[in-house]
Amino acid sequence: MSDPQKILLQTRDLSVGYGKQILFRDLNLTVGAGNLICFMGPNGIGKSTLIRSLAGIQKPVSGEVVFPSAKQAHLHMAIVLTDRITSVNMTVAELVTFGRYPYLNWRVQLTAEDKRIIERAIAQVHIGHLVDKRLFELSDGQLQMAMIARAIAQDTPVILLDEPTAHLDLNNRVEVMKLLKNIARVTNKGILIATHELDLALQMSDVIWLAGKEGNIVSGTPEDLVLNGTFDDIFQFKGFDLRTGKVQHEAHLGRTIRLTGDGYTYLWTRNALERRGFGVTTEESGVSVMIGANNQWSVLDEGDLRTFDSVHDLISYLEKGL
Amino acid sequence: MNKRWIILPFLLFALFGLNLSLGSVRIPFADILSILAGKNTTVQVWHDIIWDFRMTKALTCILAGSALSIAGLLMQTLFRNALAGPDVLGLSSGASLAVSLIFMSPALGIEVLSSPSPWAVVAAASAGCGLVFILVLGISYRIHDNTSLLIIGLMLGATASSLVSVLQFLSNAEDQQAFLLWTFGSLGRLNWNEIQVLTWILVLGATIAFLSAKALNAWFLGDNYARSLGVNISRSRLWVILSTSILTGAVTAFCGPIAFVGLAVPHLVKLLIRTHNHLILIPAVMVGGAALMLLCDILAQLPGSIYVLPINAITALIGAPVVISIIMKAKRISV
Repeated sequence: MSDPQKILLQTRDLSVGYGKQILFRDLNLTVGAGNLICFMGPNGIGKSTLIRSLAGIQKPVSGEVVFPSAKQAHLHMAIVLTDRITSVNMTVAELVTFGRYPYLNWRVQLTAEDKRIIERAIAQVHIGHLVDKRLFELSDGQLQMAMIARAIAQDTPVILLDEPTAHLDLNNRVEVMKLLKNIARVTNKGILIATHELDLALQMSDVIWLAGKEGNIVSGTPEDLVLNGTFDDIFQFKGFDLRTGKVQHEAHLGRTIRLTGDGYTYLWTRNALERRGFGVTTEESGVSVMIGANNQWSVLDEGDLRTFDSVHDLISYLEKGL
Repeated sequence: MNKRWIILPFLLFALFGLNLSLGSVRIPFADILSILAGKNTTVQVWHDIIWDFRMTKALTCILAGSALSIAGLLMQTLFRNALAGPDVLGLSSGASLAVSLIFMSPALGIEVLSSPSPWAVVAAASAGCGLVFILVLGISYRIHDNTSLLIIGLMLGATASSLVSVLQFLSNAEDQQAFLLWTFGSLGRLNWNEIQVLTWILVLGATIAFLSAKALNAWFLGDNYARSLGVNISRSRLWVILSTSILTGAVTAFCGPIAFVGLAVPHLVKLLIRTHNHLILIPAVMVGGAALMLLCDILAQLPGSIYVLPINAITALIGAPVVISIIMKAKRISV
């Protein structure tokens, strides 16, 4: 259905920054139709600046942003920024209406078509029950949804979002990302998100742009960037193994425990043991933990067999034996 | 949309009638109506009082109230600051300085304009406003903090005022007194010729504001979003500065620096009409501002007394509580 070959947005030797301070240099990137792109990089590297430059609200230092339709920028790209909206007495309906402004004359009269597009945008982000609420009555998550509805109502091929999941709780973060992913797929838009959500980005995005230290941006499929070590290069992870997606623990207790079993119980038991500083192995060892049925743990310690009902009790016993 | 705005025209009409019928000379309401209808009255002097004194004053109230309220609304939207207003950010002081330069220039030994025409005074006052506006706007780009901006506006106003004081000090007693009276604000000094000038200025300023309504609406989301919606920010900003400056300049030139109306009216109107569309807000604040000014003028005349209080004292009595409530409810009342 989606045609990844179709390019919606392209940069040609684009350099962005402020005057002599250049943040990104000679970028040649593309945004394809139906793609969800996550743009990642450390804080302060210039992600917001690039978003603004792509959107045409900040002049690039050199190079250009091109899009195939010969439209003006505001008919081709909608944005969701981190800027706070100060007019908190505005209703959600009024906010979403602003999405139609590029199409209205000075009398700002909505046509039937405009109203239909606004209603559809509100339905797409599931905020129909909020339309009459004022912005100060909304939670952060609801406000972000309203901002996204406004961008959708602008009805542009590309949507650029700057940290749309900042300040949101886990549920809202997942919801926003899934929503954007769905919109990209269903409406064949190109969606670019500047974000710090590493785990979500790896699982949801079609393409990741990684901001490097030398003002470059590496673009690729998330899995490739993980496997070829680009992520490690750029983020310089400290104690986090991206290939397994886990934090590395040091077995500082100097004791190794043999753990046998399978399934989720095995994974979480192992997690607990490693977090507390035990080494975990499947080889022969002094102490042996076996995971039984019904979430029971049996410990064989020098011929002595004990059974526990929770990870907590298991850990307490093992730590007592140190 | 609720229909509460219907109150506003009724209020304006009632206050207009009341304003015409009240004064130090008691004139029966029936006679006022017949005078307005162009019929002859029993007392000829009543005719003159109504047409050459009360009518000009009432019309000045309407024009000045409307003009200042538009200026206040535009500034609050442009700065996205609930406390912005022509007098708060030093625009009125800029106009005062320009006007005093014209009237008291002989003190400096230079004759700027020997007998200034109303248009020249308006032009000078508007230029004074525009200069202060551009200064404040320039500073607002470097300082994003609202409180700092207001303090800087106050400082600019204080600077302009102190320059005026220096001029006053150098002037003769007669000019000084005239200028002091001017600073109290007065709505009853305008002749028909000057009212005509003020009317044209209001028409021009309001037209510019109307044509900028789309940009003004988009500004509610901030500069970046407005740009992303295709609004030409720099051009719209210039139009808004022009409109605000001529409106404030003209009113200040003719009536003196009138405080608080420009600040308070947009808030009062927004409590009544909950919309973010300037095509509705602009006419609403015009009517609301005119009504408030008529009311202030009625109160200033101290019904039944021969004294007339300075109009600025009355506008402050109404305006100050509004400002206090804005600060107290800072989260709820926004631009």
